[in-house]
Amino acid sequence: MSALVAAQAPEARSSSGFRLAMLLPGALVTFLLILFALGLVLFLAFRGNDGSLLGVGLTVENFVTVATDPLYWTVTLRSLVIAGLVTLATVATAYPVAYYLAFHAGPRRGLLLFLVTLPFWTSYLLRVFAWKIVLAYNGVLNSALIESGIWSEPTLAFLNTPAAVVVTLAHAYAPFAILPIYVALDTIPKSLLEAASDLGARPFTAFRRVVLPNSMPGVLAAALVVFVPTVGDYVTPAMVGGPASTMIGTLIQSQFGKANDWPFGAALSVCVMLVILVVVLVARGADRRFGSRA
Amino acid sequence: MKADRAGTKRDGRWLGLYVLAYLVFLYLPVLLIPLFSFNDSIQAAFPLQGFTLQWYATLYGNPALSGALLNSLVIGAIAASGATLCGITVSYMDLYGRSPLAATISAIARLPILIPGVIVGISLLILINLIGLGPSRVAIVLGHILVALPTTVVVMRSRFAAIPRTVREAALDLGASDWTTFRRIMLPLSLPAVLSAFMLAFLISFDEFIVVFFLAGTEPTLPLYIWSQLRFPRSLPTVMALGTVILAASFIIAGTAEILRHRGLGAARRNPA
Repeated sequence: MSALVAAQAPEARSSSGFRLAMLLPGALVTFLLILFALGLVLFLAFRGNDGSLLGVGLTVENFVTVATDPLYWTVTLRSLVIAGLVTLATVATAYPVAYYLAFHAGPRRGLLLFLVTLPFWTSYLLRVFAWKIVLAYNGVLNSALIESGIWSEPTLAFLNTPAAVVVTLAHAYAPFAILPIYVALDTIPKSLLEAASDLGARPFTAFRRVVLPNSMPGVLAAALVVFVPTVGDYVTPAMVGGPASTMIGTLIQSQFGKANDWPFGAALSVCVMLVILVVVLVARGADRRFGSRA
Repeated sequence: MKADRAGTKRDGRWLGLYVLAYLVFLYLPVLLIPLFSFNDSIQAAFPLQGFTLQWYATLYGNPALSGALLNSLVIGAIAASGATLCGITVSYMDLYGRSPLAATISAIARLPILIPGVIVGISLLILINLIGLGPSRVAIVLGHILVALPTTVVVMRSRFAAIPRTVREAALDLGASDWTTFRRIMLPLSLPAVLSAFMLAFLISFDEFIVVFFLAGTEPTLPLYIWSQLRFPRSLPTVMALGTVILAASFIIAGTAEILRHRGLGAARRNPA
């Protein structure tokens, strides 16, 4: 029987049962858990809060509040600045590491790649917690400074500051930035570098005119994968940030917790997604610009 | 040319030093957790007060902790199975399904990378309340399948793509059905990647906090248990002992997953049949 069926054209025989079974799990997860759930957030953002699950009426009041209350402008701006600084810091510090891995690491490359990606797979909560014990009033940094005689009194200046949030997030998301840049650098054809050197380009010129533009897609991808989770983070501000470091993720979380205004929290989420959309589009545009030059 | 090469070598050495410093920055704060977990003081401060195992002893016979650990293990195993199944099917159909639907599903499956965890959390919170599930372990499993999905899709997709196309075509030409080709040829050839994807998905679920925060009912996972303990300064050393155990387990699982991923790939290239 199967031999008979096999005699026909292979692709025509491609059983619809197989296709259905193979498409079903992914379709369920992507359409229900991702698209439908995000659709619910969008829907809820245009509803009024009456304490029920899906709210009531049809209104833009939530967005009016977001746009007119200076609190939300301040917090959004702060989130953007913190996420921007974290992105800048992680990408700038990761680039030389990726460069070394791509061009200088030699036989050590595999081990180094493993070492820089390993923290990626460890608990985010524990990485943030580590900074709490470093920066605390009677913590590691203060006690080390006093022990070594640099400081005579412990200082409160480390913990509960926006700077603490930036350092902690930059450390927590550092492993995210290296891999995309490394992949971009590693796929630059070696002949391009040889051509630059043969044509008399100094190493720095070759870097600036050949390597850097060619690695821009990786840099932009790295910036994106660091920026997105940091701009919506609420754990790090709560752990090491103090009240002056409230971020937009903190506000969203509290709308679904203590404040209990789900429609408003949904509206804030929609605003964050819009901000990310703008950032993605800008990155796309930059990518195309650099891509055409390369 | 010679001068050039010497210059590059010197640059390499400076860069090497930088990479070393970077690794120290990456690991030092995290390694403080094991260091102070053996310190005989309730405070994480210098100078060290002497060696003790008492904080590890407090981990034993703690029903709240062992309950959270069991929850995390069960949820991690189920969520990783789900995420790996989805990763296999989504990437296989994306590569060989030849349909716009399969390509769309694959693109959406990688979308969670561009959504902050807090929004994934609240969107699922709304969904699970709408379908009457409510915050529960099932809800956490659904959330973690979603969070781990981009990873399993990327791992499986690169693996399937590394198998020469001729292998699959040969199977089909010799009369194997789609299902047989998938089950007898493609899946065994990518088994190391399947294991790797499963382990990485398990780790993601096991360590995940941002999304689970919104979806947990009365049974917390291990990260939620740690979060609840952070309010009490007295329990910090216990948290550090627990954190050390978790870090060690994560390092071992991630290391094994990495070895599996590379070993399998080499074997497939050398001996494609």
